[in-house]
Parts: sequence; structure tokens; C-alpha cells
Amino acid sequence: MSTTNDNRSTMSAERFVSQAPFDPYSIEALTTEQERYYLASQWQLMWWKLKRHRLAVFCGLILLLLYSSTLITEILAPYNLQTRHTNYIYAPPQAVHWIHQGELIGPFVYGLRYQLNMTNLKREYFLDTDQIWKLRFFCRGDGYRFWGLFESRFHLMCPAEGGAVFLLGTDRLGRDLLSRILYGARISLTIGLLGIAISFALGIVIGGLAGYYGGWIDNVIQRLIEILRSFPELPLWMALSAVLPVNWSPVLVFFGITVILALLDWTGLARAVRSKLLSLREEDYCTAAQLMGASPRRIIGRHLLPGFLSHLIASATLSIPSMILGETALSFLGLGLRPPITSWGVLLNEAQNINVVALYPWLMLPVVPVIIVILAFNFFGDGLRDAADPYK
Amino acid sequence: MPRYLLHRLLMMIPTLLVISLIVFTIIQLPPGDYLESYIAELQSQGESVDPQKIAFLRQHYGLDRPFYEQYLYWLAGMLHGDFGYSFEYDMPVTDVVGDRLILTVLVSFITILFTWVIAFPIGLYSATHQYSWGDYGLTFIGFIGLATPNFLLALVMLYLANVYFGTSIGGLMDADYLDQPWTWGKFISVLEHLWIPVIVIGTSGTAGMIRRLRANLLDELQKQYVVTGRAKGLPPVKLLTKYPLRMALNFFISDIGSILPSVISGAEIVAVVLSLPTTGPMMLSALQSQDMYLAGSFLMFLAFLTVVGVLLSDLALAVLDPRIRLQGGITR
Repeated sequence: MSTTNDNRSTMSAERFVSQAPFDPYSIEALTTEQERYYLASQWQLMWWKLKRHRLAVFCGLILLLLYSSTLITEILAPYNLQTRHTNYIYAPPQAVHWIHQGELIGPFVYGLRYQLNMTNLKREYFLDTDQIWKLRFFCRGDGYRFWGLFESRFHLMCPAEGGAVFLLGTDRLGRDLLSRILYGARISLTIGLLGIAISFALGIVIGGLAGYYGGWIDNVIQRLIEILRSFPELPLWMALSAVLPVNWSPVLVFFGITVILALLDWTGLARAVRSKLLSLREEDYCTAAQLMGASPRRIIGRHLLPGFLSHLIASATLSIPSMILGETALSFLGLGLRPPITSWGVLLNEAQNINVVALYPWLMLPVVPVIIVILAFNFFGDGLRDAADPYK
Repeated sequence: MPRYLLHRLLMMIPTLLVISLIVFTIIQLPPGDYLESYIAELQSQGESVDPQKIAFLRQHYGLDRPFYEQYLYWLAGMLHGDFGYSFEYDMPVTDVVGDRLILTVLVSFITILFTWVIAFPIGLYSATHQYSWGDYGLTFIGFIGLATPNFLLALVMLYLANVYFGTSIGGLMDADYLDQPWTWGKFISVLEHLWIPVIVIGTSGTAGMIRRLRANLLDELQKQYVVTGRAKGLPPVKLLTKYPLRMALNFFISDIGSILPSVISGAEIVAVVLSLPTTGPMMLSALQSQDMYLAGSFLMFLAFLTVVGVLLSDLALAVLDPRIRLQGGITR
């Protein structure tokens, strides 16, 4: 030790030499920040990357909100799905007011006076400013069976006693459109998820077969996919749903339609799975697994799939909108779901002719949630797809 | 090139065969024999049934035979131009269908042109002004078009045109020209009525096309030769139009394959709302009344239209792009 000190004192004074013991790994040492990044799992990286995509996060939140609202639809909706108000048929949307003649009352709606226009037989409603129906919150309203499990009368918002509130108007049977849209979300949103689950399974299995085995299986499946893709979707959907027996119960029809939507949708996923498998199965780790005697199922499921599952989920998210639109279109044409099952498409079925647009335009409102959901899924899926490859 | 053409044409045959098998299976799926329900319906309306005619139809279309024989009959008939018999209209399918097929082709074709005209400048702008406000705004508008259900847009347009232009735009021609032979006047009238369905159907495909065009062009703009050109001081406009834009033009042809099925799908449902005399409304009613041969012919025709459209686009691409012509394949 002492010799080194002597050496140093003989050298020029300006040269600085660190006293710290030499660490051969000093270059490779990471800051805590870097360490966190390098040690993070793939899913964690994806999450960080997704978080930076503001629009995608926002859209994801909207979707989360919508989906969780379907869990408590009965509470959120002011009325039940089938509650009829025979005094208020085709009532227009009511505006929520706060102040009546300079006096703060809190949220309320004015009463409605009904008159039949004798020239065009249109039902006309006038505001009755003498009647003030104060909205009630966390209140008791229509009775329902929550999830079919227990009776309840609790609602988030109810009309005043003896009054009514139709924030989005009523339909030809005097049913509150807001409640019906909320209930319709249940069906419209789940049909996309159920359908994508089926087509996801189909796509992984069929694409996996094609990609892993290759050869003639691959050829046959590729041709089949090409043929299915060359079919215009909607006419085929129409034909298939026209085949569903008329005597099926609405619930069976619901599942039938879901399966039909899924039957034509798996092709894109299968193609993605196939091309990924084709490139990944040449990797060394795959050969190693093969040599150790792993079965194809294990190799695909355990070693290959996790490598591109995130991509698959992203592209699946992007194909949910087409399913929702497909269901809407089928139900609009009367080939899809049947009442009493109510989806947004079934609601739009009532807006089928031009008279509705002219006289009762609020019946077209169910299209607003459709547009929001489609846009949200598109942007969210885009963000997911960008995030799906966090190493880029 | 002739080799490529021959190869593509030969590939079409098995494709169409499989499609015809799928179509026939679908229209056969509902239980029962169509003539049985046909007879039952006629009897319930108190009309008499001519047993001779029923026997003739049953024998002619082999309805008492097993599935595969019926299919072969149907297939063989189609090759001779006999598409079967429409039970609902009581006429051969070919007579029922008439002009509708041509009009469907016309509507689809013009819609694709419209999509091109709209998508091209927007895609170009979005790619050259990436991440600008214009890029975001135009993309968003495109997305709204994608997200709005076609049929509702059709309904609203129908109403607006009625209010602001005072014309009834339902249908595809003035009522005077219905069932008239094709004349110049009828053609003009069709063109006048065509714009609404074209806009309505076009909106849904445009967003996808803008997105794909933008992505393609962005890839091209980042390539080495473009960078080299820019480094050498080529003016931006010339740099864009000389090569990347030509690549984008190729893409327009090859993209027909992906938008044609959706255009035809969209055309069907919009035609129902606007009651256009195309295949849409008639196919819907044929499916609902389970008029099997009529529905089957429509499905078959739409699939055929798609397959031929894709083939034509591939051929055009092969003519335009020597890389495809020489390699004999397309990498999309």
C-alpha cells in the first residue's frame, strides 16, 4: 500500500487518481431507473408504453366505464326495460333545469302536456312550466330483480313522485329510451366480447395448426381463409342468421348470432398466428424444446404463443368493432336479435323509416353509444398494438 | 404474364366451387323441402296448387334427391345460365334478377372510385404532415365515418336531401324510367340518384383506406433512396411525386381486394334502407321468405363479383408493377 502512495507522490500533481477500489463491472452497472426497466416483465413494459399513449388510455377508461356500467344497469337506469308509460308515447327528450323563475330549485324537469296535431297526426308535447318534477337521487323506483337474484327498488335517479323523467325521450310504446339504451349496452357490449372469445379460440387453434405443421394442412387452411375472406361479410351473415329457426328462444338466437359473427371473423387472427408461428418455430429455443421431446401442444402453448399473445390481443381488440357493427346491422334489418332481448341494433330497428327521422329523431340516439364504443375500441386497439411490441 | 394470368384463372375455379358449396349448404340448412312450404302457403291462401307444376319443379330441380345430387344439379344449371326457380315470384331467377346485378356492379364501382378520390389526398396529406393537427383531424373524421352505421347515415341523408333538395332520392332512378329499357335519359337519371348511396357506402371504407395509405407511404418515405434524394437537395414536391407517390398508386389497385367485400356488404344494407333496385332488398326478402334459389344466386353472384374484382385488381397490379409480373406472386 505504501509503495503506491509513494509512486503517486512522484507523479505530476494535476493527475487525479481515484482512491476507490477498481470495480470491473462499473460500466455495466445500472441506475435504479435502468434496472427497473431492464428487469421489468413484458407485460409491465407494455403497460408503461400504453400509459404514454394518452388517447388510448382515455378510450380504455371509457370502455372500462361502459363495461362496468353493464354490471349495475338496473340501478343506473331510471326505469325498467319494459316499463310503459301510455300517457307519454313518443315524448321528446326533456331538458334538466336548475332554476325556476330566478329561484334555485336543484335539478328538475318541467311537466309535459300532450296534444295531437290534427293536420299531420303527430303527437306534440308542450312544456308545462307550472309543473315542476324534481329529480330524486338514490331513491326507490321501479322494482326489479337484480341479476335475477334478489328483489330491489333502488335506483340512482328516479322521477318525482307522480311525475316522469325521460331524458332521452320515449318510443312508440312509451318506454324510456335512456333506460333502454343502458339495458341495450349489456347485450351489445357482451356480444362483441363473446364473439371475439370464440373467434380468438378458433383463430389460435386453426392458425396454430397451419403454422406449426405447415405442408398440406397449411395449404388447405390458407385456401379456406382466402375463400372466406373473399365473401362479402354482411350478406353471408344475413344468410346465416336467416337460417336460425324461428322457434328458437331469444336467448338461443342471441348465442346463435354471436357464433355466426365469430364464424367469419377468425380468419384474420388465424393468419396472424400462422405467420408468427412460421417465423418463430425456426428459433433455436423451439428446436431445443423439440429435441427434449416436448409435444407440439406444449411447444405451441408454452413456448411460442406467449411470445406473440400481446399482438393477438391487440388485433382482437381491433376486430371487436366490426362485430358490434355487424350485430347492429343485422338487428336493424330484423335478422338479428329479437325482442325482448334488447341491443342497440334492436333499438335502432325502430328508427327504420324516414318518418322517424322527420318526426321523432331522438329514436336514432342509440347510434351515439355505438359510435362512441366503435371509436373507443379503435383507438384503444391502436394504442395496444403499438404497446404490444415494447422492445421496439 | 400469360402464365400468371392462366395460373390466376385456374385458381379461381376451385375457389368458386368451394364458395358454391358453402352457399348451397347455407340455403339448404333450414329444415324441410321448399316446395312443401310453398304448397302449404298456397293452400293456406286458398289458392289451388297445380300438382303437375309441382311435380315438374320437384323433378327438374331434383328436390327429392340427396343433398349432393341437388347440389350438382344446381351447379350444372348455373353453368348453363339456369340459376333455378324463384318460388316467391313464380319465375326463373334470371328473369327476376334482371337489371339488379348491373346496378350493383355500377354502385360498387363508383363507390370505389369515390373512396379513391377522397382517400388519396387525405392519405397523402396525413403521411407528409405526420402528427400534425391536420393529420389528427382528418384521421378522426375518417374514423367517425367508419364508426357510424351505414344504414343510419343513409336514413339521415335521405331526410336531408328531401328537406334541402326537395327531391325524393329513394330508389336509383326517376319513377318514369322504372322497367324501361336503358336509354341515355335513364342513365343520367341513375347518375343523379347515385351520389347518396355512393357517399354513404364510401364513408365506411375511406377511413381504412386512409390509414393503410398513410402507413404505406410513411414506410416508403423513410427508405434510403428518399433520404438520399433529400440529402442531395431534391425539391420536396419532386421527391414525393417521383417515386413514393407511384408506389402509393400501386397500393390503390392492390387495396381493392380488401375494400371490395366491405363495399359490397355496405351496398347491400344501404340499398335496403334507400330501397335501391340493386340486389340488396331483394336478397333480404328472399332470405326471409327462404326462397332458396333466388337467395343462393344472389349470394353466389356477390361472391363471384368479389372474386372477379380481386382478380382484376391483381392483374392490373401485375401490369403496373414489374416486380410482381416477374416474380409471379403478390406480397401484400
